[in-house]
Amino acid sequence: MTTDAPVVLDVDGLRMRYGDKEVLKDVAFRIRRGEVVALLGPNGAGKTTTIEILEGFRMRSDGRVAVLGTDPAHGDERWRARVGIVLQSWRDHGKWRVRQLLAHLGYYYSPYGTGETTRPWDVDELIGLVGLQEHAEKPVRMLSGGQRRRLDVAIGLVGRPEVLFLDEPTAGFDPVARREFHALMLELAATGTTTIVLTTHDLYEADKLAGRIMILNGGRIVADGTAEELAQQIVGQDEVHWTLDGQPYIRSVPDSTGFVYDLFQRHGRDVRNLEVRRSSLEDTYLSLVRRAESEPETPPGSDGTEERTRTGREALK
Amino acid sequence: MNSTAVALRAGLARGMIEFRQSVTGPELLGHLLWPVATLVAVFFLRHRQFQHTGFKLGTLIMPSVLGMFTCFGAVLLIQQLTAEREDGTLLRAKAVPNGIRGYFLGKLVTTSATIVGYLVILMVPGLFMVTGLEAGRAGSWATFAWVLLLGLVATQSIGAMLGSLIASPRGAGYLSILVMGLISISGIFYPITALPGWLQATAQVFPIYWLGLGMRSALLPHSMAAVELGHSWRHLETLGVLGAWALVGVIVAPIVLSRMARKESGSRVAERRAKLLQRVG
Repeated sequence: MTTDAPVVLDVDGLRMRYGDKEVLKDVAFRIRRGEVVALLGPNGAGKTTTIEILEGFRMRSDGRVAVLGTDPAHGDERWRARVGIVLQSWRDHGKWRVRQLLAHLGYYYSPYGTGETTRPWDVDELIGLVGLQEHAEKPVRMLSGGQRRRLDVAIGLVGRPEVLFLDEPTAGFDPVARREFHALMLELAATGTTTIVLTTHDLYEADKLAGRIMILNGGRIVADGTAEELAQQIVGQDEVHWTLDGQPYIRSVPDSTGFVYDLFQRHGRDVRNLEVRRSSLEDTYLSLVRRAESEPETPPGSDGTEERTRTGREALK
Repeated sequence: MNSTAVALRAGLARGMIEFRQSVTGPELLGHLLWPVATLVAVFFLRHRQFQHTGFKLGTLIMPSVLGMFTCFGAVLLIQQLTAEREDGTLLRAKAVPNGIRGYFLGKLVTTSATIVGYLVILMVPGLFMVTGLEAGRAGSWATFAWVLLLGLVATQSIGAMLGSLIASPRGAGYLSILVMGLISISGIFYPITALPGWLQATAQVFPIYWLGLGMRSALLPHSMAAVELGHSWRHLETLGVLGAWALVGVIVAPIVLSRMARKESGSRVAERRAKLLQRVG
């Protein structure tokens, strides 16, 4: 991602309170055109609240928010036409036929085309993109779960949005639907023109779809970067397992190569069953979430070893 | 084309599409049930004498039920607004530019088309079934037209307001019972003069009574006005009450509707869906 692409989403000092419960405490980030960003976090972290504020569907308590240069709380219909939202359909428009519904919803966008963007998206082309050609004349209620989800994406795209929002897009999917959805999103991301922001609590999904991951926890962005960057910067520690005199050991260390060298220096051939595990994104995520849960006010990246050995999945036996 | 024209055209198209859907599916049976049941009642009352007027009760009821069915527009709107808020249709509309305007216009078109359909189902056999209606006069149809038009606007804007304020389809169910109560005191099936004064006064606040009266004034001979309150068709009062409801509705309904629509979001729909599934499952 080039850093000179224009900023599409600009959020600073965003706060949200429900009564005396503070759900978002000072959230800040910038997203540039063409980025695919996953907002990752455990349930209740404030992901949905954040994305609904960006969509213009929820009023914030405080802070500055700009989506395509406009405050979503005051976005007019012209602004709305540039924003796409993928909603999870349930049983709305069940009697409408796929093509009919897309053509109808697309028609609303027709006055909002610009020199560079024709609106709406050609319906047949769009149906082809989401792979629903054979179901174009079917009533929506006859679609399978996966097909329905692809229709949801098509509806989100029909106005050729500059920004696309997806809130927990794969919640409740079966594995087939999930795989189909991921393939579709990757195809879309490859075009590089639409900025995509999605929320998920599925780490694997965030890693697979997004070029950039923001981890939201306890009302704050606690990490922000590519999957590799997060794994290196935040935990930055590898797990070293070995046995010595029949006794298993486990340590988390920043420089595993140096640590192993010292280990052999000290114990020589007595070191057995050596195994070095690179810190994975999952470790990063779990450690961040765990830390925020035990000490909500601790800033990220301030400690490592001790906590990991205390709460690690494999304890010393 | 500008965005307002597009929203209008989209709303009209939407209304017609959904009307067609509702008369080509199994829903058609539901639509037919009440008008047919009403016709059956009229059929059995077609020879029953009403007091000593020389008029049949069936003849008297026939125009009144046309007024009553016009009022069903309110009930239809309340049911649909609450159901479609729950299933996410409204949120879909909110996510597209001018979508809410198109959505509401579509609802009014579908509802009005449905009501007109009810009236046709009632009138075509009804006019042959009962005697003494003045269906051949041009003046009858002129009165019928303005009463119907005002009635559609007044009752549907009331329906839109209530549909926005009521939280769930279950609430809409309770409200329908209330409407049934209103019908029973509104002189549709028996002249209102038979009721105690305070009930008469209550009935005259709401549009159902006036719609029934307006339809009777359109289709019954002038002499029948003698059975009504004040021995008159009271056109001026009909115009006043229906017009007042229509005016209030046209001003207030969009405000209430947009306030309701503003609160919609994905998480609210998900919340309601979860609650509903819990109730069912």
